[in-house]
Amino acid sequence: MAKLILTLDGAFLGEHDLDKDLLTIGRRPNNDVHIDNLAVSGSHAVVRTIGNDSFLEDLDSTNGTIVNGKPIKKHILQHGDVIELGKYQLKYVNEATVNAAAGGSPADFEKTMIIRPSAMKAAAPAPSPSIAAKLQSTTTVQETLKAAAPSPHEDAPVGHVQVLSGPSAGRELVLNKALTTLGKPGVQVAVITRRPHGYFVTHVEGTRHPVVNGQSVGAQAHELNDHDVIELAGVKMEFFLSKG
Amino acid sequence: MNLTGILEVVRLSDVGLRREHNEDAVASEPEAGLVVLADGMGGYKAGEVASEIAVLTLVSSIRERLLEQPAGKADEDSGLLRESLILRDAVHQANSAIYNVSQSQPQCAGMGTTLVAAVFTDDRVCVGHIGDSRMYRLRGDTFTQLTEDHSLLNEQLKSGLITAEQAKVSNNKNLVTRALGIDPEVELELHEYEVQPGDIYLLCSDGLSDLVEDEEIQLTLSTLSANLELAAHQLVQMANDNGGKDNISVILARPLRPFPAKRDWLGRLTGWFR
Repeated sequence: MAKLILTLDGAFLGEHDLDKDLLTIGRRPNNDVHIDNLAVSGSHAVVRTIGNDSFLEDLDSTNGTIVNGKPIKKHILQHGDVIELGKYQLKYVNEATVNAAAGGSPADFEKTMIIRPSAMKAAAPAPSPSIAAKLQSTTTVQETLKAAAPSPHEDAPVGHVQVLSGPSAGRELVLNKALTTLGKPGVQVAVITRRPHGYFVTHVEGTRHPVVNGQSVGAQAHELNDHDVIELAGVKMEFFLSKG
Repeated sequence: MNLTGILEVVRLSDVGLRREHNEDAVASEPEAGLVVLADGMGGYKAGEVASEIAVLTLVSSIRERLLEQPAGKADEDSGLLRESLILRDAVHQANSAIYNVSQSQPQCAGMGTTLVAAVFTDDRVCVGHIGDSRMYRLRGDTFTQLTEDHSLLNEQLKSGLITAEQAKVSNNKNLVTRALGIDPEVELELHEYEVQPGDIYLLCSDGLSDLVEDEEIQLTLSTLSANLELAAHQLVQMANDNGGKDNISVILARPLRPFPAKRDWLGRLTGWFR
């Protein structure tokens, strides 16, 4: 379950589980997270929790609500977010997310689950997003995984193809898309795919398979190395890598 | 109607990189014009059971009926094609079958599955779905999502509670609001679309659509349209390259030429005046 950790100048003041639909934050004592400080408005902000998501909303507070250095009106909390209210800080921690990212039980995250329509209906008429998500067990999604997965080649060298023979000799093609096709449709076509760990050439259509460095590569994907020479539909071209 | 040689179908299901079991199930009967994909859920192996029952029940109960059904006849009450009603009947049967097993087998309690199924007939396609498995269509340069997810996230989007940007970072992607086999009754969402030769239809589980952007899917289908088998492998590979956190299943279907129903003279006459 997710929680908020309240600190002042790095000193731990308390911990609040996000186990109900609505959690209130403010200076008045009736708030769930009560912060007795003049920089904090009486009713400063609320956190609405729906399923595995928590939404932070500023209630038009005098000094505003800041998340990771930026003022927000409404924000969907992500693990590690830091909410600032005056000098106080609230850190959003979603442990299930952390566990799964650290290679936790693969059986336990991102499982498709049913949320009962009855729970939906209870929330449907009101604009308030207080959906009683009756989860049968705590399951959390792993969006961080996507970010942690080999990210699409930010600093990786970019592949190019330069035509060596035939009428378009000298022409150069930058392989900056996930897929680039080469060849003559109806005669022989191959595709070069850009993957996190490199470039691959694969046969698409035609009776002949692509030839790399004089060897036919068959119908399977073939990893390309810098300065490989590809032959397709009678045209030779060189594959090479360069920065940017 | 018999679509032998008219409908090209490729299907592929992959366990992904993070799961031990493949809880997706896919099936196709190109001659009957039927494609089915299900993404199961439930405890230890029960998800596999649910999706498998869904797919097998659907195929076995409607294959013969579809082949025998004179194509293109509309039901007078609902205005839907008879084929749509056959699909709906079969989905209700599958729902009962899964529900009964989950009630009688403790290890299967609470299991369920999403479903997306399509029946091609008379230059049209009947599309039925439950949950967050999707169907898309690529026609020329236009890539369209034909199904609307039955998911908490989509409900939130539709009601304006969250924006598309927020949806991308939501932790609620895995919560479906409708599934097969959870309750004694289920409502199948059914639509019919006209079909053009050369259209490419994609059915997929959320293991693909959560991890690969629509634009990338479109690029893959249009770039590799000459080789659907390779396109299917490429889509699965892209999902795995992006983390492969769930099972990934895809079915690609492409009608190669028109398949209008054969009409008698009266049918042709009324056909002109439709």
